[in-house]
Amino acid sequence: MHLIVVGLSHKTAPVEIRERLAVPESRLGEALTRLCSYSGVKEGILLSTCNRVEVYSVVDDIEAGYGRIQEFLADTHLSLSSEQLTPHLYWHTGGRAIGHLFRVAASLDSMIIGESQILGQLKDAFEVALAHKTTGVIMNKVVKKAISVAKRVRTETKISEMAVSVSYAAVELAKKIFSNLHERTVLLVGAGEMAKLAARHLIAHGVRHVRITTRTPQHAVDLAAKFGGTAVPFDQFKDDMASADIVLVSTGAAHYLVGAEDVHRAVEERMNRPMFLIDISVPRNIDPAVRHVDNAFLFDIDDLKHRVEQNRAERVQEAEKAERMVLEEVTTMLDWMKSLEVTPTIVALRNRVDDMKRAEVDKVLARLPHLSHQDRELVEGLASSIVNKLIHRTMVTLKAEVNSSSGPAFVEAARRFFSLDRPSPSVQQIETYTESSCCHGENSAESDAEDPAPETSIPKQAR
Amino acid sequence: MAAVCFMVTMVLYFVATVSFLAYLLRRSEALSKVSLGITGAGFVSHTIALVIRMVDVSSSAPPSFSEALSFFSWMIILVFVVVELRHQIHVLGSFMVPLALVSLVSAAALPETVPTLQPVFKTLWFHVTLSMLGTVGFTVAFVAGVMYLIQDRLLKSKRFNVLYSKLPALDFLDHLNQQSIVLGFPLLTLGIVTGAISAQFARGSYVSWNPEQTWALVTWVFYFVVLLGRLTVGWRAKRAAYLTVIGFACVILTLVGVVLKET
Repeated sequence: MHLIVVGLSHKTAPVEIRERLAVPESRLGEALTRLCSYSGVKEGILLSTCNRVEVYSVVDDIEAGYGRIQEFLADTHLSLSSEQLTPHLYWHTGGRAIGHLFRVAASLDSMIIGESQILGQLKDAFEVALAHKTTGVIMNKVVKKAISVAKRVRTETKISEMAVSVSYAAVELAKKIFSNLHERTVLLVGAGEMAKLAARHLIAHGVRHVRITTRTPQHAVDLAAKFGGTAVPFDQFKDDMASADIVLVSTGAAHYLVGAEDVHRAVEERMNRPMFLIDISVPRNIDPAVRHVDNAFLFDIDDLKHRVEQNRAERVQEAEKAERMVLEEVTTMLDWMKSLEVTPTIVALRNRVDDMKRAEVDKVLARLPHLSHQDRELVEGLASSIVNKLIHRTMVTLKAEVNSSSGPAFVEAARRFFSLDRPSPSVQQIETYTESSCCHGENSAESDAEDPAPETSIPKQAR
Repeated sequence: MAAVCFMVTMVLYFVATVSFLAYLLRRSEALSKVSLGITGAGFVSHTIALVIRMVDVSSSAPPSFSEALSFFSWMIILVFVVVELRHQIHVLGSFMVPLALVSLVSAAALPETVPTLQPVFKTLWFHVTLSMLGTVGFTVAFVAGVMYLIQDRLLKSKRFNVLYSKLPALDFLDHLNQQSIVLGFPLLTLGIVTGAISAQFARGSYVSWNPEQTWALVTWVFYFVVLLGRLTVGWRAKRAAYLTVIGFACVILTLVGVVLKET
């Protein structure tokens, strides 16, 4: 049982490839079902966003699994040949696959580190997989863990705290001047895209009153309707400035629209209440001399960009902290996966020896029909205690070695000594225990094909 | 017992000060919790010490200046704890806790002199308590003013450093400044009035124009003007911050006047 990931992301593939590979939500379920119909593929989840297409899967064999998933990706997108696809793909298994998923969920692998969308997208992908029953014990646990790791990273680091877009940086700065944006008034002068975006962010953070002015009066009226604000005639906006806590300027004018004198007057009229001015226009529309006016805080596009750069750098620093957390969590996850391998072995061992005991006891009792009920119980008890004593040490050792590096070797030895990998009715029972609900048809077909071991055939005859 | 508690308090405030100053310089928020915990522990032991002292001293003996300073230090921490609980502005601790430490250390350094005047009435108790409460108000206003000026400077010069990210919004600081003066001013007024009354009983005159009284009156007039200016002609924000920092100098000079009078 191996966890693998095959996929491509913004780091390995250009947008032309990514957009062709993306799986629309409506087809996700069908694609997942098909994925799990490949032989050797036990569990699967498909994460498809505009920046990445990745298939996480639990497979019997790593190499074969890689091949199957690659095949699946090429099949899903008939417009892409395997040759076109392969150079952009990456493959991971085991701890690296888990680590990759954790990093993706925590937005450490995102184009903008720390963005929060990816977690939602992963949750959606997981839900689709759950709905189509293509996940099992391993995948469920790993994905749930990935989600909790992402949450931990977000609360314990500052990775998502700092603004990394110019329009959002404006909101962040506003919050250092006004602790509460409710009841604040923003005046929008001109209607550049970035200014509109910033205004939207401000409204989302509580700004109640929006006043808008543009050179074309009708445009201002239209925008005012859109933002739920009021339009102000362009030639009067300077008189209106005093009523605005935040002034956002972005016009196409080639000269300064707002001078230091205007701002000075506005601040005075506001009885020195601070004012936040943002000039997103190039060339600038607010005279830089405004910097010298007390209680007026002017930021131009470069200041905002500078802030964004700083925040990005800070996010990268925080990301290092997050990477350490991911590493920690991967280790615990790997431990769990290892123990998962031991548990079915112990179950199988128990079942196997119980079957043997049952068969032998039945055989003996069939030859001794004259025994009293008490004597029969005695015989059964004897067999049980011998069997229990025999396997006791093995069980204890297996449990003890779960987390040691020789753990897999012990499991392997136990499986061979008791020929646990040979199918018997009991073995099938184990497989339903470890496997997902998906794709086990193929396995049972294999076990049917193989000849039953001689020992197990005896009880059948005896019965 | 009280002495032990004072020592413990002093040590705890010292550690909290160091921790809060380190918090100021480091990006991590982890230190704030440690600092807050230590401050809280210090506050508890300080409270115990003050209660023991209150029970100990016969109620007729007027408080010494050293005791008043200790009370002042306790009030500063109390205000910090209240503001912290309401607004979670940890950085306030980096400014307030050192101040509390300084006043507590001064309290310990000053000789335990019994005031030269033995007033017949308990008005001196009121005088000391009210004046100290007023002083606490002006001290908080001073801290808010200093923080305001730093944040104003950082925003103007566009230096988005650690301090910038930790200091609260300008309007919060301005509001804190205003509230502290609005609360502190009437308390100081009452403190001065009760002081004058006890002086009248002790010496037969309300005012004797010693440095303490002179500076107290200067302080009172100054804050009166500051408050009036804020309410009428908009002396708020940066100007208010500057004025409260200057006003605090008057407060300190008044306290120096008290020490001179007592020694």
